[in-house]
Amino acid sequence: MQGKMKKLVLIFIVVLLAFAGNALAKEWKVVRVGVEGAYPPFSWVTPDGKLEGFDIDIAKALVKAMGAKIELVPQDWDGIIPALLAKKYDAIIASMSITEERKKKVAFTKKYYQTPAKFIARKGLIKKFSREALKGKTIGVQRATIHDRYLTDNYGKDVTIKRYGTQDEAYLDLTAGRCDMLLADSVALKEGFLKKPEGKDFEFVGPNLTDKKWFGEGAGIAIRKEDKDLVQKFNAAIDKIRADGTYKKIQDKYFDFDVYGD
Amino acid sequence: MDFSIIADSFGLYIQGLKTTLQLVFISLAIGLSMAVPLAVFRTSKNRLISGPVRAYVYFFRGTPLLVQMFIIYYGLGQFEIVRTSFLWVFLKEAYVCALLAFTLNTAAYTTEIIRGGIAGTPIGEIEAAKSVGMSRGLMFRRIILPGAFRRALPAYSNEVIFMLHGSSLASVITIIDITGAARIVNSRYYSPYEAFLTAAVFYMAITFTLVWLFKKLEHRWYAHLRPQEHSAAAAA
Repeated sequence: MQGKMKKLVLIFIVVLLAFAGNALAKEWKVVRVGVEGAYPPFSWVTPDGKLEGFDIDIAKALVKAMGAKIELVPQDWDGIIPALLAKKYDAIIASMSITEERKKKVAFTKKYYQTPAKFIARKGLIKKFSREALKGKTIGVQRATIHDRYLTDNYGKDVTIKRYGTQDEAYLDLTAGRCDMLLADSVALKEGFLKKPEGKDFEFVGPNLTDKKWFGEGAGIAIRKEDKDLVQKFNAAIDKIRADGTYKKIQDKYFDFDVYGD
Repeated sequence: MDFSIIADSFGLYIQGLKTTLQLVFISLAIGLSMAVPLAVFRTSKNRLISGPVRAYVYFFRGTPLLVQMFIIYYGLGQFEIVRTSFLWVFLKEAYVCALLAFTLNTAAYTTEIIRGGIAGTPIGEIEAAKSVGMSRGLMFRRIILPGAFRRALPAYSNEVIFMLHGSSLASVITIIDITGAARIVNSRYYSPYEAFLTAAVFYMAITFTLVWLFKKLEHRWYAHLRPQEHSAAAAA
């Protein structure tokens, strides 16, 4: 009798563990990816409502390389981390820079691209870039970005900072003359604005900004800290698409230079 | 709940509070002073006078405040002709655009509220005023409008609270009001709970103050409707 009881308890425990194990190791047949959709050329929404851009193509390629199905979830930038933590999706692929600040809340994969930040201004406005020259200027920036933080920490006292929900809104106000300058990712500025007709009166000013303290180690994929297996899977997928040429194919679709950095 | 976040950014919320109060009270003041003549025009039997007011009210009540703000802020800025005119000095400022949208919006709603008050004037009061030979102007000033304000007060107190809550939209066009402050705090600490809960407490405090003020006002204005209290001295 005693023996039988023990056996039963043992079986019970084994079954329980099996279930627990199942619940822990999610299989990731479908990966829900949070994206932004207002940050050309990395992500934008086409007139007929489809998401397109470098981030979107990379997201699709990565999840495909993992052998899973993708579900894209568009989300406003300033709620993009809280929504990940609230499990609205499982990963963020939205040109998010890997910074110490963000690492306190989420885990990151290795980078999938890295480009410097830069200022733009109306042509001729800033003749020689210096702190003095920026004094009293109104500078637009996307809220909750590394650029917002850099500007607030370094120029907060000298300039008026205008914060926007999306990069597109910042472009509108720059062309309307409500801002003198913008600070953002150099590639986004060049491909998403300067090369377009609206951007013809504007130019880059100042140096490439890459200070690790603010600009981090490049753009990575943010994942909830408890989903360590998904971080592994994404890292492997990044290696895979880098190796098999998929990455280069996507890159060449949008840029004529290497966005991965060194 | 991390209280240090709230403590660290308290100054930002106070700055936001000032902006919110300014925006709301300036737009309410201008809106109300616009609404009184507009309501009088609106009740006119002459279509040429009541028609334009009706159209104005229809537009501003028929569209969301956010859309109106976008039209004024992003929409007008798109036209070269606006950007090169003297108006741009004002319209360039997000603050002025928000104020303009809020004022036009609250004026439209308040016009309807006061119109309702005017329409509810008991016919006997008007007949009495006419029978003692009051002119139309005097009748409006002494009889119709005071009664209309009294009848409109509860509805108007709602409008004031809606305006306060609607003002949170200003944060969308870069203004740092209470909601704007909360958005900055949220983006800095990635803590929406602390950031927006603090904003909610601020709004609640203002709302309760407003409700209390209107209660005081109602107490005064409806004094004639309260049961008469006889003092002990009078009874004796």
